[in-house]
Amino acid sequence: MNTRDWLLADSPASRWQANAGRAYRVFTALMRNPLSVLGGVIILVLLLTAAFAPWIAPYSPTGQDLTSRLLPPSATNWMGTDELGRDIFSRVVWGSQITLTIVLLVALISAPLGLLVGAVAGYFGGWIDRILMGFTDVFLSLPKLILALAFVAALGPGINNAIIAIAITSWPAYARIARAETLTIRNAEYISAVQLAGGGPIRIIVQHILPLCTSSMIIRVTLDMAGVILTAAGLGFIGLGAQPPLPEWGAMISRGRTFILDQWWVATMPGFAIIIVSLGFCFLGDGLRDVLDPKSEGKS
Amino acid sequence: MAIDQQSAPPSPGPTLAHRRVQRMLATVGGFAITLLLTFLGLLAITFFIGRVIPIDPVLAVVGDRATQAQYDAARIAMGLDLPLWQQFISYVGKVFSGDLGMSVSTGRPVIEDLSRFFPATFEMATLGILIGCVIGIPLGVTAAARQGSWIDQIIRVVGLLGYSVPAFWLGLVGLALFYARLRWVGGPGRLDIFYDGLVSPVTGMILIDSLLQGEIDIFWNAVSHIILPAAVLGFFSLAYIARMTRSFMLDQLSQEFVTTARVKGVPERVVIWRHAFNPIRVPLITVVGLSYAGLLEGSVMIETVFSWPGIGNYLTTALLNADMNAVLGSTLVIGAVFIVINKVSDVLYRVLDPRAR
Repeated sequence: MNTRDWLLADSPASRWQANAGRAYRVFTALMRNPLSVLGGVIILVLLLTAAFAPWIAPYSPTGQDLTSRLLPPSATNWMGTDELGRDIFSRVVWGSQITLTIVLLVALISAPLGLLVGAVAGYFGGWIDRILMGFTDVFLSLPKLILALAFVAALGPGINNAIIAIAITSWPAYARIARAETLTIRNAEYISAVQLAGGGPIRIIVQHILPLCTSSMIIRVTLDMAGVILTAAGLGFIGLGAQPPLPEWGAMISRGRTFILDQWWVATMPGFAIIIVSLGFCFLGDGLRDVLDPKSEGKS
Repeated sequence: MAIDQQSAPPSPGPTLAHRRVQRMLATVGGFAITLLLTFLGLLAITFFIGRVIPIDPVLAVVGDRATQAQYDAARIAMGLDLPLWQQFISYVGKVFSGDLGMSVSTGRPVIEDLSRFFPATFEMATLGILIGCVIGIPLGVTAAARQGSWIDQIIRVVGLLGYSVPAFWLGLVGLALFYARLRWVGGPGRLDIFYDGLVSPVTGMILIDSLLQGEIDIFWNAVSHIILPAAVLGFFSLAYIARMTRSFMLDQLSQEFVTTARVKGVPERVVIWRHAFNPIRVPLITVVGLSYAGLLEGSVMIETVFSWPGIGNYLTTALLNADMNAVLGSTLVIGAVFIVINKVSDVLYRVLDPRAR
């Protein structure tokens, strides 16, 4: 019996085999869609770039060379140089680490938070549900970017506070999804079985409800990543996110503003990086949704 | 109750109308309550943000050379010694009476600043949504009518770009291309410098004010300045509106009545624009409302790029100066407008769509 047969077995012998088989099926289904392959490749390239930035970047991201200021793109400086003579390509490469950090931390803070709030609200129902969801709805009905701006203003500029502010504004969407999922599972027979066997609410929520919400959460988080990247870049652009000399893409665009009329490459190049990475997350998210949640195909 | 209704003598005419009004009132009443609660939530958030700032608000007023007695007196005068909930109530009372505090950077009441800057934002966002609707809806309809054609592909790409292009970056690229290189549009600001101040503000919207005063030159100058930022905003609403129109239309075109109409030999143009498009007008209102609210958010970024003297620019300037009253005031106003547009389009949908009644 080869690996493929083992993965696709109709009656897996262990939970580990079932999970591996499911992952394999999702993977092969994703590979059939060229756009999600492209998205996956973009994300992979982002991961590799961030991991190997010191070896990929030809120059130092902060090394200034005032004799070669504002040079147009050329064979030596692929994306040109900025007002301090720094190589823009190297800065974009190093900036991938910042973008990846922001995206990962926002996902790690907001997704579990939203998941927990939604699952608790959905499982208990009643007034707990009403209070938690009322809170969620207030957050959902406010403009995300403005709210993030106000939070950063209060916490002080900086990349950590930007991450916190974005996370604070993005959990409510996850709470809604988790609640909807929980409501459909809550009255299932196997939940009653656990209850009869004496399982408490914490155990039911953590072991039996949260795992079932993960696939819709993964879809949503992946799709939201583009928005997170844009918000983070926007905060950097306004001057509230990552501070110079950090090579954050939004902050780099902000620096290039002054030169946009004559030295267009300073502001333009980091923008392409933002667009490509955001598109990558969109493609991958769309693909994941088609595979994991075929019902909602075509909806926004 | 149920039994009473069944045994009541049948009088369909007045009761039907009566019930309809009653249901309308219930919808509107429920709407008012959720609106109020959401406002309170917004106020709670801005109140909370105002309290967690690490800067001591008392110190900002009395200065750091004040004695302990002066400090305590100011603290009591500002009501900061009261329990949090009392502070919150007085904060809500102040906001509802239009008192948002003084702006540190402009030295004027925040509410006055906001009412001065709001028309510029309103003008730009409205033009943006018009561009989004006028181009987006026909594009979406055409994409659905010719599924898989090149127009359909364009909508797909535009829709994805709408999610992945930073608005401020698009604005900068637009400036570099259409202003610096091609000279097709005016640069940053609302007017060329030598036209500035020639139009006395009536509505605060230069396009309207200049027409009212018969200043055609100024009008065209204002158009050349507003068209680029409005088009950038319009692009984002276009992306969303076209995508949603397409998906609504696809739903309709797969319905049986559309097939029936086609079989009867109704011209395709009529099938598309009457049979399929008419039912989606109501959900489209919600989509347009949502995207209009989104434009307010987008205008914060765009205004910074185009030095557009609107609320967004005011907010970003305040942010950089740590002018908290101005920040929270702008957040409140933008948030309130956002909430109202959202809820109103929701209620319109429920009132206009016979199935949702």
